[in-house]
Amino acid sequence: MTADGALRFAPRLTLLLMAGPVIAGLAGTLRPAFEADGMARLLDWPGLARAVALSLGTGIASTLLSLAIALGLVAALQGGRLFTLILRLLSPLLAVPHAAAALGLAFLLAPSGWIARALSPWATGWTQPPDLLILNDPAGLALTAGLVLKEVPFLLLILIAALPQADAPRRLMLMASLGYGRVAGWMLSVLPAVWPQMRPAVYAVLAYSMTAVDMAIVLGPALPPTLSAQLVLWMTSPDLSIHPVAAAGALVQLGLVLAALALLRCAETGLARLGCRLALTGRRQIWADRWLAPLAAGAGLLVVLLMAGSMAGLALWSFAGPWVFPDALPQRLELDAWARAAPGLGPAALETVLLAALSAALATGLVLACLEAESRFGLKPGGGALWLLWLPLIMPQVAFLPGLAELGLRTGVEGSTGAVAAAHLVFVLPYVFLSLAAPWRAWDPRIAVAGAALGATPGRIFWRLRLPMLLRPVLTAAAVGFAVSVGQYLPTLLIGGGRVTTLTTEAVALSSGGNRRIIGTFAMLQLALPLLAFALALALPAALFRNRAGMRPGA
Amino acid sequence: MSGLVLDRLEVRAKGKLIVALDAVVKPGGVLTIMGPSGSGKSTALAAIIGTLGPEFSLSGRLILDGRDITGLPTRARGVGLLFQDDVLFPHLSVGGNLAFALPAALRGRKARRAAVEAALAKAGLAGFADRDPATLSGGERARVALMRTLLAEPRALLLDEPFSRLDAGLRDRIRAFVLDLIRAERIPAVLVTHQADDAEAAGGRILDPLGRPVPPGT
Amino acid sequence: MNAVWGGAMKMSAAAIVVAACTALPAVAQPDPSDWAAVLQEARGQTVYWHAWGGDPRINDFILWVADEALSRHGVSLTQVKLASTADAVARVVSEKQAGQDQGGAVDLIWINGENFAAMKGKGLLFGPFAEQLPNWPLVDVAGKPATRMDFTEPTLGLESPWAMAQLVFEYDSARVPAPPLGAGQLLDWAKANPGRFTYPRPPDYLGTTFLKQVLYGVIDDPDLLLQPVDPATYDRLTAPLWAWLEEITPALWRQGQAYPANEPALGQLLADGEIDIAFAFNTGRASAAIAAGELPQTIRTNTWTGGTIGNASFVAIPYNAAHAAGALVVANLLLDPRVQARAQDPDVLGFQTVLNLSALSGQDRARFDALDLGIATLAPHDLGPALPEPHASWMTRISQDWIRRYGVAQ
Repeated sequence: MTADGALRFAPRLTLLLMAGPVIAGLAGTLRPAFEADGMARLLDWPGLARAVALSLGTGIASTLLSLAIALGLVAALQGGRLFTLILRLLSPLLAVPHAAAALGLAFLLAPSGWIARALSPWATGWTQPPDLLILNDPAGLALTAGLVLKEVPFLLLILIAALPQADAPRRLMLMASLGYGRVAGWMLSVLPAVWPQMRPAVYAVLAYSMTAVDMAIVLGPALPPTLSAQLVLWMTSPDLSIHPVAAAGALVQLGLVLAALALLRCAETGLARLGCRLALTGRRQIWADRWLAPLAAGAGLLVVLLMAGSMAGLALWSFAGPWVFPDALPQRLELDAWARAAPGLGPAALETVLLAALSAALATGLVLACLEAESRFGLKPGGGALWLLWLPLIMPQVAFLPGLAELGLRTGVEGSTGAVAAAHLVFVLPYVFLSLAAPWRAWDPRIAVAGAALGATPGRIFWRLRLPMLLRPVLTAAAVGFAVSVGQYLPTLLIGGGRVTTLTTEAVALSSGGNRRIIGTFAMLQLALPLLAFALALALPAALFRNRAGMRPGA
Repeated sequence: MSGLVLDRLEVRAKGKLIVALDAVVKPGGVLTIMGPSGSGKSTALAAIIGTLGPEFSLSGRLILDGRDITGLPTRARGVGLLFQDDVLFPHLSVGGNLAFALPAALRGRKARRAAVEAALAKAGLAGFADRDPATLSGGERARVALMRTLLAEPRALLLDEPFSRLDAGLRDRIRAFVLDLIRAERIPAVLVTHQADDAEAAGGRILDPLGRPVPPGT
Repeated sequence: MNAVWGGAMKMSAAAIVVAACTALPAVAQPDPSDWAAVLQEARGQTVYWHAWGGDPRINDFILWVADEALSRHGVSLTQVKLASTADAVARVVSEKQAGQDQGGAVDLIWINGENFAAMKGKGLLFGPFAEQLPNWPLVDVAGKPATRMDFTEPTLGLESPWAMAQLVFEYDSARVPAPPLGAGQLLDWAKANPGRFTYPRPPDYLGTTFLKQVLYGVIDDPDLLLQPVDPATYDRLTAPLWAWLEEITPALWRQGQAYPANEPALGQLLADGEIDIAFAFNTGRASAAIAAGELPQTIRTNTWTGGTIGNASFVAIPYNAAHAAGALVVANLLLDPRVQARAQDPDVLGFQTVLNLSALSGQDRARFDALDLGIATLAPHDLGPALPEPHASWMTRISQDWIRRYGVAQ
C-alpha cells in the first residue's frame, strides 16, 4: 500500500523536481528581456532577420533531410545486408558529441582538410589550399549537413526501437501481395503505425537543430550567425549591458521553435491527408523502389563515411606530429597530446561517469515511476507537465542557465557533485522520457492481464514482466540520458562553480584554444564514455535474452 | 455453494445494455457465450476478469465458490484466463512461464521445479522447461498456456476463443485436452467463442452476451 | 497567543544577532599591507583561479605555479579552466544578484580590458591591493605603462599584472620574403596575393585589436585614440579605416565572406597553409608552436614600423572571494622573478615579463639573460615600441560599426 502511495506521488515528485529549475531558468531568461530596452535593441540589430531565417531554414531543412534519410533507409533497405551494415556502423556514431562531430567534419571538408589533402597535389594540382567557401557558407549548407550527420543515427535508432510494435513484416507482406512496391507499401502501411512513437523524437530533433550552438559556431555562417549562436556571443560578451538583448533574443528563439513545431504539426496533418488520398488512388508506385533504394543506400553510406571520416580525422590528429598541407598523413605519430591530457584525465573521467550515472539512473527511475503510475492509475501528464518537460529542450541553454544558477546560489545547493547531477537531471530527464515513453506505452497490455489473471500483483507484473520485457528500451533511454549528461558544459560549470571538473568542461575549455591534437584527444574520450553506455544498453539485453527469439529487435 | 454464479450481471455503456447474464456454472461445467464479433462477448469477458474500462458501468454480482468477487482486482479473483493468442511471456523460458504462475506458497527451488516438470509431463511436453517459447509449435504453445493458467490454481476459468488460431487437426485435439482437464479438475469455465463447433464440444448452456439462449447449430 | 509570538520574535532577533556576529569575521577581507597576516591566513587555503583553459601550455604553467604556491606558502591552487573569461564574470555577477557577498566561488580571475572595465564599473572587485604586494616594486611601471593602465582604464590597484603582450605578425617566410611593415604595405601585399590574409571577426578581441592597429596607421593624430570617442569627430577620424577595409576586403581570404572566429582559429588557418600572414597577441607563440610541431619551420614574426599595440594580462580578485588571502599570495607569486622568467621561457609560455630587469638582483637577471628566445621570436629591442591600447570606447564603437558594415551580409 505504501509503495502504491509512493508511486502515485511519482509524477508530482518529478514535476516538483523539474518545476523549480525550469521556472527559475525561465524567469532568469524573461526578466532581463524586459529590462533596458532589450527587445527594442534586438529589433534594431541589423542581422536579426537573417539570423532568424538561418535558424529556421537550417533547423527545418536538416530535420526534414535526416528524417527522409532515416525513413528511406528503413523503407527501402530494412532486412537487407546493406541495412544491417549501415546500422552497425551508424549506432556507435550516435555517441559522438556535437562539438566533436562539427570539428571533425570541418577538418574533413575544409579546403585545407583531409579530403583535399588526400587528393593534392596529384589529382587537384593544389600545393596550397584553394580559397573556396565550403565551411561557414552564408546559406548554412555546411551547418545543415553537419546537423543531418548527427541526427540521422538518432532518428534511425528511435525508428528501429518503434518498429517491433508496428508488425512491419506482416504489413509489408500484405502490401506486397496487393502489388505495392516496397517503399510505397512501407510508407502507406508501416509509417502511420510507427509515426506516433517517432513524433516526439522528430520534434526534439527540430528543436535541437534550431538551438544548436556548437555546430552553428564551427560550421555555420557568421555574417551573421544563426540566432542561437549569436545569443551565445552576446551572453558571453564582456559588455554586460548587452545581456538584455541576449535575453530578448532567447525569447524570440523560443517563439521561433514553437512556430516551427506548429508548422511541422500542420505539415504532418497535411501529409497524412495526402497519404490517405494517395492510398485511395490505388497506385502501386513500384517506380519508387527503383530509384529510392539506391538513393537511400547512397545517403546512408555517405552519412557513415562522413561521420567515420570525421572521427578518424580527429583520432589521427590526437596522435599527429607535424602535419601540413598537402600531406595526406602526419609526418610522424606521437603521444604528446595524450601525455599532456593524462594527468587530469582519471579524476575528470571518474567525475563524468559519476555525474552521468547518477543523473541517468535518477531520470530513468523517475520516468519509469511516472509511466507506471500512468498505466496503473491513469495519471496522464497534462499540458502543463509536458511544457515543463519540454522547456529545457527548446530554451537556449545559455539564456536559461543563469536563472538556474541563481536558484542554486540562493538555495545554496551548488558546488557539489550532487547539485550538478540535479542540474543535469533537468536536461537528461526530458530525453529519457522522450526515448522511453513510446515503447513503454506500446507494450502489449494483454501481458499485464495474463499476469494479473495468474494472481500477480501490479508490482510483480512491473518487475517480472514489463521491466524485463522492455529492458532494451529502458537501457537505451538510460544510455541516451548518460550521453546527454556527459555532454553538459554550461550547467556543470555554472552549478559546479568551477569545483566540479568533467571531461567535457576540460574539453570545451581546451577546444577554445583551437588545438586540433588536444581536441582530438578529448573528443575520443568524450566519445568513449557514451559509446560504452550504448554498447552496454545493447549488449546486456542481448546477453540476458540470447536464447529468446521473441526478444530480438524486429521480432 | 461451489461454482461460478453470474448473478444478474449487467454491463452498460452510455446507458445501452451490452451484457446481461444470469447463470450458474457448476464445477467442471462450461457456460458458452456465443455471438458474432462486436456483440459484446469481449465486454462480458472483461466484466468477469475485472478489466472493464471506466466507460462501462456494471451491476449485479459475481460469486465464485460462495465468495463475492465483483469488486476485486483481477489478481485476487481466482479466475484463470486463456487468450485467443497464447500470450506466453517472451523473455521467460517455458519453465519460467509456468513457474511465474505457481503460487508463492509453494516454496523451495526443487519443489517448484518439480511442479513445473509435472505440469509439462501432463501436457505431453516433458523436457521442455528450458525451451524458448518462440521455438514452440502452435499446439505446444497452446498447451503451455493452458498449463500456466492451471498452475495458478484458479477457481474458475475463462476461455477467450482459445482454439480459433489453431489449424483444424490440432484444434480438435487441443480442445478435447482442455475440456477434459476442466472436467477432471472440476473447474467451472466460461467459454467465449463465435464458432458453433466449439460451443457444441463444450457441451454446456450456450447464451449470447445478452443472456438469450442460442439454439444449437447456428 | 501574543506571548508566543513575542517569544518567537525575540528568538529570531537573537538569532539574527548571533548570525551577524559569526558572519563578521568572514566579511573582514585580508589587508594586503599586513603581509605577514595575509601569509598566515592564506596557509591551508585552496585558491580557485578562473583562467582561460584553451592552451595546454598555459595550463601546464599554472600547474607549475600551483606546486610553487604549495611548497612556498602552503596555498593550494586549482585552475578552473574556462572557455571564456566572461563565464567567470557572469558567475560573480549572479553571485551578487543572489546576495552572496561572501564565500564566492571565484578567488582569482585572469582578466584584462573589457572584462576588467565591466567588473570595475559594477564594483565587483576586491582591493586596491596590487601596489601593496611585496613584489610590486619590481614591476616596470615606468617602462611598461600598460601595467597600470588597462585599455586606458586606470587599474587603481584593483588588478595585478603578470604578463606583457604585444601584437606581432606571423608570416610564412617561404612565401612572403618581405613581410609588410604597415597598413599600406599590407593592403598592397593582399591585393597582390588575394585570399592569403584575414583577421578574426569583430567583436572578437584580437580582430578588433587589428582594426585599432590599422587605425593607428591611418589616423593623423594617434593621441586622439587615447581619448574617449567623440561622436562629432568619429566619422571623419575613422573614414580612412573604412576606406582601407573597403579596398582590402575583396582580397581577403574567402573574399571576406567568412572570417575566423578568434585567435586560435586564425592560428589554425596559418598552420593549415590557408593564409600566409596572421598575427597574435603573444610574441613567443610562433616559436612555441613551431617547437610543438604545430607550425611550419618557416614561420617568422615581425611588427610594424611605428610600433604595435601592447597590453598586459592581469589577475583580479572578486569582492566576495572566499579565499582572498590565498589569492593575494598567488598574485604576488606571479610577480616573483623566478616565475616571471619561467613564463618568458619560449619552451614554457614565451610571455614577456612585466618586471623591470634593472631592478632585479644579478642572479634573477641572469635567469632572463639565459633564455633562448626561440627561432621565430623577435628580441625585445626588435619588437619596436608598444603602442598603448586606445580608450575602450573605440573598441566598442569600431566593432559595432564593423558588424553593421561587414557582419550582417546583405
